[in-house]
Amino acid sequence: MKQHLLSWTLWIPLGGAILMAFVPRDRVGLIRGWALLTTVGTLGTSLAVLAYFDKSQAGFQMVEHHQWIRAIGASYHIGVDGISLWLVVLTAFLWPVCVLASWNVTKNPKMFMGLLLALETAVLGVFLSLDLLLFYVFWEGMLVPMYFLIGYWGYERRVYAAVKFFLYTLLGGLLMLAGIVVLGFQAKHALGHISFDYKVISKLALSHDIQRWLFIAFFAAFAVKVPLFPLHTWLPDAHTEAPTAGSIVLAGVLLKLGGFGFLRYSLPLFPHAARAAVPYVVALALIGIVYGAIVCAMQKDLKRLIAYSSISHLGFVVLGIFVFTIQGLQGGTLQMVSHGLSTGALFLLVGFLYERRHTREIADFGGIAAVAPVYAGMFLIVALSSLGLPGLNGFVGEFLVILGAFVRNRTWAVIAATGVILAAVYLLWAYQRVFHGPIDIQENRAVRDLSFREGLAVVPLVAAIVLIGVWPKPFLERMEPSLQRVRARVVVGATAEPAAALRSTKAATQVGGR
Amino acid sequence: MPTPEIAWRAIAPELALVGGGILTLLIDAFRPRVRRDVLAGLTLASVGLASWFTFDLHDKREVVMQGSLAVDGVALFAKMILLATCAMAVLISYHYLTRRRIHRGEYYPLILFATAGMTLLAAANDLLLVFLALEVLSLPLYVLAGFARRDDASQESAVKYFLLGAFSSAFLLYGIALMYGATNTTSISGISRIVGAAEPRLVFFAMAMLAIGFCFKVAAVPFHMWTPDVYQGAPTSVTGFMAAGTKAAGFAALLRVFLVSFGPLQWDWRPVLWIVAVLTMVVGSVVAITQTELKRLLAYSSIAHAGYVLVAVVSASNDGTAAALFYLLVYAFMTLGAFAMIIASAPGGHERLSLSDWQGIGQRHPLFAGVMTLFLLSLAGIPPTAGFMGKFFVFSAAVSSGETGLVVVGVLTSAIAAFFYLRVIVAMWLQEPEPGAMPLGPSPALVAGLSIAAVVTIALGVWPQGLIELARNAGIFTG
Repeated sequence: MKQHLLSWTLWIPLGGAILMAFVPRDRVGLIRGWALLTTVGTLGTSLAVLAYFDKSQAGFQMVEHHQWIRAIGASYHIGVDGISLWLVVLTAFLWPVCVLASWNVTKNPKMFMGLLLALETAVLGVFLSLDLLLFYVFWEGMLVPMYFLIGYWGYERRVYAAVKFFLYTLLGGLLMLAGIVVLGFQAKHALGHISFDYKVISKLALSHDIQRWLFIAFFAAFAVKVPLFPLHTWLPDAHTEAPTAGSIVLAGVLLKLGGFGFLRYSLPLFPHAARAAVPYVVALALIGIVYGAIVCAMQKDLKRLIAYSSISHLGFVVLGIFVFTIQGLQGGTLQMVSHGLSTGALFLLVGFLYERRHTREIADFGGIAAVAPVYAGMFLIVALSSLGLPGLNGFVGEFLVILGAFVRNRTWAVIAATGVILAAVYLLWAYQRVFHGPIDIQENRAVRDLSFREGLAVVPLVAAIVLIGVWPKPFLERMEPSLQRVRARVVVGATAEPAAALRSTKAATQVGGR
Repeated sequence: MPTPEIAWRAIAPELALVGGGILTLLIDAFRPRVRRDVLAGLTLASVGLASWFTFDLHDKREVVMQGSLAVDGVALFAKMILLATCAMAVLISYHYLTRRRIHRGEYYPLILFATAGMTLLAAANDLLLVFLALEVLSLPLYVLAGFARRDDASQESAVKYFLLGAFSSAFLLYGIALMYGATNTTSISGISRIVGAAEPRLVFFAMAMLAIGFCFKVAAVPFHMWTPDVYQGAPTSVTGFMAAGTKAAGFAALLRVFLVSFGPLQWDWRPVLWIVAVLTMVVGSVVAITQTELKRLLAYSSIAHAGYVLVAVVSASNDGTAAALFYLLVYAFMTLGAFAMIIASAPGGHERLSLSDWQGIGQRHPLFAGVMTLFLLSLAGIPPTAGFMGKFFVFSAAVSSGETGLVVVGVLTSAIAAFFYLRVIVAMWLQEPEPGAMPLGPSPALVAGLSIAAVVTIALGVWPQGLIELARNAGIFTG
C-alpha cells in the first residue's frame, strides 16, 4: 500500500467516476453519497501521504516509475515533494467541500459528480507528474471536465465563459506542448535518447537562447492559468458564471497550477531565462495586485468581486516566487494554499447565499447578520483571512511575500503592500453592505442560517484557516527544503545550506505566531 | 525475353479484394434480388482474407514484380489502415443505404475495387503503377460519390470530383512523362539513383507536376477547393470512406515518391511543401470556423489534418514517416467515427447536417452525444485521445528534423481548430433542444462500427506504445 500510495490518491477519483457510470440516473442519493465517499477516501490517502512525508528531504518521495510509451521515452513517473505536498492535500481537502456544496444540483447530478471526480484526478495528476508528457496529458485533461462544469451547470452567460476559458487555456497549453517536445529533443541531443523524464530534463544544460524560448512557451501556459495581467480576462467570466463547486475548484486549485508550474518547471529548468524575466514578471504581478484590488472595489456582483480579488492575491504568489528569496518562495507557496482555502470558502458562502436569494448583487442585500448570525460570523472570519488579518492564514503568506520582496527591492514591497490595504477596503466595505444596516428588502428577512450540511462544508475550511494562521510551522518546514533546492538552481551562488533553512523557518514561525 | 515471375504472395491481398469484388458483382448481376447482407458479408470476408494475406507478409521486406511493387513496412501499415477503413465503411453504410433507398448491390464491388486501388497505390514502387492504382481507386469513387442518383447534391459531388480528379490525374501523368524524359525510368527507386545527375529543369517541372497531382488527392491547399462540395454531396458513408482511405493511400504514395525518388533533392522540395503545409493547416482551420454544416465542417477539418500529415512529410525522416502513418491510422478511425455519428443521428433518409439540428442532443441522448464528443475532442487533439498522440508524434518528428517553426504554426492552428469542434460540442450540450421528439437511427452494424472507432480512439490515446513501435518499424522504405 505504502509504495503505491500516490497512485491510489491519483486514481481513486477517476475510478469513482467510472463506477458512477453504472449508478442509475434517478438514484440521486446514491450518486451524492458515492461522490462524497470517493472524495473523502482520496482525502484519507492524501493524509496518509502527508503522514509518510519525510520533512527533512528536498527531493521527490514515494516515487513510482513505470514504462508507458517506451518508443518516445515517456513514463508513468509520479512523486511528491515539499512544493506539491500541500497542494495535493489542499486539492483532496477541497473536493469533499465541493461535493457538499453541490448537494442541491438537480440538473443531471450523475454527470456533474462524475465530471467533478474526473477533474480531481486530472488536477492531482498535474501536481504529481514527474514526466512532462504525463504532466501535459493531465494539464489538458483538466480542460474538458472544467469546460462542462462551467458551460452546462453555470449561470446566465455560461457558454461564453466556458468557451473563453477553454480557448485561453488551450492556446497557452499548446505553446507549452511545443516547448515540451523541444525539451524532449534537447535530452536526445545530450543523452542520445529522447526523454520527457523530469529528473533527466532538469539535469540538462540548456543554452541561454533555448532557455529564453522555452521559458516563453511555458510562461504562456502558466501565466494564463495564474492569471497574470493582461491574460486575466477569462477569469472573472469563468468564476462568476461557474456553479459554486466550479468556482471553488477554479479559485481553490486551478489557479494554483500556474504558480506551481513556475516553481516546478520555469524556475528550475530555465534559471537563466527566469532571472532575465524577473523585471517583466514582477511588473505584471504588481500591476495585477493593484489593478485587481481597485477593480474589486467597484464590483456590484459579489462573485465577480471575489473573482477579481483572486487576481490581486495571485499577484502576491507570483511576486513571491519571482523575487527568488526563501521568504518570498515560502510565502508564495503558502499563499497558494491559503488563497485556496479562503477564496474557496468565500465562493462556497456566496453560493449558499445565492441558493437562498437567487441573486448575487450586493445592493440586493443588507442586514443579513441579523437573520443569519452564524453565517455572517463565518463570512467575517473568511473575509478577514482573505484580507490578511494577523492570526489567520492570509497574513502569513502575504507577510512573507512582502518581506521577501523588501529584501530584494523596497519599491516592490511598498506597491505590494498597497494591495493589502485595498483588500481591507473592498472586503470590509462589501461585508458592511451585505451584512450590516437595516433590512430594506423583505425577502432578506426570510434568509435561513447555515444548515448542518452547509456547516459541515464550511467548518473544516475555517478550521484550516485558523490553523495555518496560528501555527504555520508544520506547513512551512515541509516546503522549505524543496524550495531551497529550487532557489539554489535559480540564484547563482545560493546554496541549500541547512542552517540558513532552519533560521528562516524560525523567523517565519515567529511571524505567523505573533 | 523470360516471362516475369509473379510474386503471388505479395499481390494476394489485392487478389482477395478484386476477387471479392468480381464475385459480389456477378452475384448482384445474376441474382439482383439477393439479400444485401450476403453481399456485405462477402465483402467483409474478402477484406478479412486480404488482411490475413497482408499480415502474412509482415516479416517480408522486398521489391517484387520487376521492381514495381514494394513489400515494406510503409506499404503493409498503410494496407492495414485501408482494410480497416473498408471494413468500417461497410459496417456504417449497411443500414444507411437501406434508409436512403440506395441500397443497390454494386455498392460492395465498387468499395472493394476502390480499396484494391488504394492498397496498390500504397505499395506502388513504379510511377506507372502509381498512376494505374490511382485510377483504379478513383473511378469507383466517382461512381460512389454520385451513388444517390436522385439527389442533386450527390450528382454535383460526383461531377465535381470526376472533373477535378481527371484534371489532377492529368497533372500526375504529365509529371511522370517528364520524369521519364529526364531519367529514362519510371521506377521509384531507379529515379532516386539518377535524379541528382539529371537535367534539373525537367526534374523540377516534373516534381512540381507530381506534387500538384498528389496535393489534389490528399486535399492540400491550394488544391483543396473540391473537398467541401464533394464531401457534402456524397452519401455520408462514402464521404467517410473517401476521407480516411484516399488520404491514407495518397499520403503513402506521396511519402514514397518524395522520400525515395526525390530523397536526394529534399532540400529543393522541402521548402515548397513547408509552405503548402502551413497554408493547408491555416486555411483548413480558419475557414472551418465559419461552417454551419457538419459535413462541410468535417471536410475543412480533413484539410487541416492533411496539413498535419504534411508536417510529418516535410520532416523527411524515418520518424516523420512513422508519425505520418500513425496519424493516418488515428485519423481514419476518428473521422470515420464522426461521419458514422452523423449517420446515426437520425432515422429515415435525412441526417442531422446543420449545426442547429444538433442543439440539445446531449440532454436527450447523453451517451450518443458523449461518443460524438469523444471523436470531436480527438479531432481537436485533446488528451487523452488518439488525436493528441497523433499530433504529438508528428510534432516530435518535426522538431527532431529542426522544423520547430512548423510546430508553432501547428499548435496555433490546433487552437483555432479547437474552436470549431467546440462549437459542435456547445450545440450538443449547452444549447436547449428544440421541442419535439429527437429520434436517433442506430443499427447493430453501425453500433459495432462506432464501438470499434471509439475504443481505438481512447486506447491509442492512453496506450499507444504497441502501434508506435509498429509504425516505427514500418517507417522505412525498401528499394
